[in-house]
Amino acid sequence: MSEGEMAALKEEVEEKKKVIATLRNQPWRMKKRLVVLKEAQEFVEKFEGALGKGKGRKLYAYKVMMTKILMGLPYGSIPRKTVPREEQETAMDYSVLFDFGGYCKYSFLFYGYYNNEPTIGVLKFRLPLSYLLVGVGIFGYSLMVVIRTMARNANEGGDGGEEGDFTFSWKMFTSWDYLIGNPETADNKYASITTSFKESIVDEQENQKDENIHLRRFLRVLANFLIVSCLGGSGYLIYFVVKRSQEFANMKKDNLSWFEKNEVEFVMSLLGLVCPPLFETIAELEDYHPRIALKWQLGRIFALFLGNLYTFLFALFDEVTAKLESEKVIKNSTEWVLNQYYSNYSSFYNTTDVPPPAVHPSDVIRGPCWETGVGIEFVKLIVSDIQVTYLTILIGDFVRAVIVRFLNYCWCWDLEAGFPSYGEFDISGNVLGLIFNQGMIWMGAFYAPGLVGLNVLRLLSSMYYQCWAVMCCNVPHERVFKASRSNNFYMGLLLLVLFLSLLPVVYTIMTLSPSFDCGPFSGQEKMYDVIMETIEKDLPAFIGNLFSYATNPGLILPAVLLMVLALYYLNAVSKAYQQANTDLKKKMQMARDEEKNRRNNKDSTNQVMKDLEDLLPNKSLIPPPTEEEPPPPDVVIEKGSKSPKMKPGAAAKGVNLQKDVSLAAPNPRAPVTRAPGPRKGPPGNARGPQPGPGRGRGRGGPPRH
Amino acid sequence: MGNKQTIFTAQQLDAYQDCTYFTRKEILRLFDRYRDLAPQLVPLDYTNHPDVKLPYELIGSMPELKDNPFRQRIAEVFSEDGEGNMTLDDFLDMFSVLSEMAPRDLKASYAFKIYDFNNDDFICKSDLEKTLNRLTRNELTEDEVRMVCEKVIDEADLDNDGRLSLEDFQHMIVRAPDFLSTFHIRI
Repeated sequence: MSEGEMAALKEEVEEKKKVIATLRNQPWRMKKRLVVLKEAQEFVEKFEGALGKGKGRKLYAYKVMMTKILMGLPYGSIPRKTVPREEQETAMDYSVLFDFGGYCKYSFLFYGYYNNEPTIGVLKFRLPLSYLLVGVGIFGYSLMVVIRTMARNANEGGDGGEEGDFTFSWKMFTSWDYLIGNPETADNKYASITTSFKESIVDEQENQKDENIHLRRFLRVLANFLIVSCLGGSGYLIYFVVKRSQEFANMKKDNLSWFEKNEVEFVMSLLGLVCPPLFETIAELEDYHPRIALKWQLGRIFALFLGNLYTFLFALFDEVTAKLESEKVIKNSTEWVLNQYYSNYSSFYNTTDVPPPAVHPSDVIRGPCWETGVGIEFVKLIVSDIQVTYLTILIGDFVRAVIVRFLNYCWCWDLEAGFPSYGEFDISGNVLGLIFNQGMIWMGAFYAPGLVGLNVLRLLSSMYYQCWAVMCCNVPHERVFKASRSNNFYMGLLLLVLFLSLLPVVYTIMTLSPSFDCGPFSGQEKMYDVIMETIEKDLPAFIGNLFSYATNPGLILPAVLLMVLALYYLNAVSKAYQQANTDLKKKMQMARDEEKNRRNNKDSTNQVMKDLEDLLPNKSLIPPPTEEEPPPPDVVIEKGSKSPKMKPGAAAKGVNLQKDVSLAAPNPRAPVTRAPGPRKGPPGNARGPQPGPGRGRGRGGPPRH
Repeated sequence: MGNKQTIFTAQQLDAYQDCTYFTRKEILRLFDRYRDLAPQLVPLDYTNHPDVKLPYELIGSMPELKDNPFRQRIAEVFSEDGEGNMTLDDFLDMFSVLSEMAPRDLKASYAFKIYDFNNDDFICKSDLEKTLNRLTRNELTEDEVRMVCEKVIDEADLDNDGRLSLEDFQHMIVRAPDFLSTFHIRI
């Protein structure tokens, strides 16, 4: 066989292989596929020998375990890991543990446990460095994941765009869920589809009668004012409560009731519970479309949580500075004691080789570890959040369902249809709750590494619990409204929360100095000094030089400038694309409307065209409907050049205009009411303008009926 | 899993694997489901390609399909005889297209066939009316039905012939965010 024939044959074989690979994607009957498959396979085999099957490669991903706990020194070996002597009696008490004091405080759950030696264990694991890098890395990784998910969602064509291009079509063809296999669910689905259609019909028919726009505006301003004042009030309440808790901390623990000890968390959870329904009731004043109202509601809940969290943080910050102050005092006293010990020892034994003081770890004077304190506060907050959520579900859904079901027999009005009825599963509220939970974890994970594990457990148990609650006590929503078409709305919120929770952590890393005797960064001036140390001591010299060049302001400023320019350029490009997109859409719409009206009325679609027809002598601008040969070029060009002169809205106006014209005076041609049937030739006078009054204006066509 | 099954030859199983989105195990499991519908009709040995068709009533009573308002149309579209009586090939084909792994375009073309009640390769107004009435169980008034169908044609009909061709339908459905997740049956 010649070269050319060989090549051609090889190509054919490749093609057959491709056919086999894409066989499943073809909309054919199975029999046809099997036949085609057989043919293709025989062909390939004949010319290629045995078909080698490629074995799929499996990729294995290994997760790196958190080895901090596994490789560190055990409990009790060094001071920071042990409970101070004075606290030891109460360390195992349930109430103390509940407050995360006692053994909990000095366990690996919190920051203070970790030692500051540069390397630990046999493998010389760099604990402080890894702690810092993991802490910062969590944010970087989360950021990447969120942005990637957003990009993916945007690509799948659903970025809250084209609101209503295909509303009815999508409702008709994609609303039934083929996975439904339960008659009750099916009934619910039928009901919700019907309701959804009815609503869309109403939407479509409704003319926005601006009944009283001033009243509406006034009510909306009033509602916003009320809500802002609510937000302010809640912020102040939290601040007040945190200040009080600081005073309580100074008093003896036994004199405080449980309520007073957990006041802060209690108040925050309570606010989170009470305010959203309050906002909803106030929002009734505003009278928005449900989807818009939902967006406002979500925005307000978001503002509430954010405000609360940040107030909490500020109040906490005051506590931290107070602790830092007291720390200085203790530090001085500890150093003084140590110095005394050393001087006594060396003077007594007359050596310079002084063994470390033989003090039991629990007796050493300990400073207040502010990081652990912060960690404890976060953990308490999350725990109380969990408790409130579970209690709400239990009471708000389960008990309510029980009451409605069993009390209905002996109650005056129908409980199921009327006031309490069964709870609905609040999708958006729950998603927001998850987002904020995640935000709190991000903030607290640096100070309480155990928080992450705790939260994983919480999420697992919460999933099963809520699953049961939904199946047993909830009814589906009557109206199914999503805040956005895609998930990008919630992803965007998550991104925002990520940034906001990043800020406090980064701030504390950069500005506050770590405690002197607890945590992996003790003894350093700032936490990030660990990185500097590592670079200086452990890495080769040139990397150190590289870093010093990279952090030179002379290099950073131009880099920042470059990034700003790139941002500006990309923004401009994207705007240009959007503009081109809308222009194309408009063109398509105009062309469609033109077509439609041409077919319906065999008349031109706008006044301009009509006037032109009047002016032109024996030539009509409309191509003859029967002979579909290409109309004379100048007609086409003329028609084409006329279109841009129409204002963009004229296409729509053209439609109405057409309707108006046909209503106002009889159309000498085929009436509009007849469905577009086979195109017959217009009456003989089509080509030329009517003698007498021009067409389209005060017509004197043949009277209709 | 050993190669101990005697229902299909090895080539048959491989061929099915190439023609559907299922693995060997899934194909065998689907065969079991098929057979469970009528054990007395379906032989245990398919190596000589027996010509066995299960009547529509059995297919339509499967738990995955019995609550679906379009089950009859689905069976009709995927069956060879167009009446809903399915051979094993049709059965596998149906669940393969409706599975998670099938791509959007393939699903769109089959969805078009399903909603085309009169099989004229166009979704015309009467098809839309039938679809809507199935979806709402005849709860909408005639006016409302008419209005919705007109709106749908308005929105999706690009070549302006008053009915939806496959291109119109595909153009509209590939932009729908929910299509892939709703046009999906798990078996």
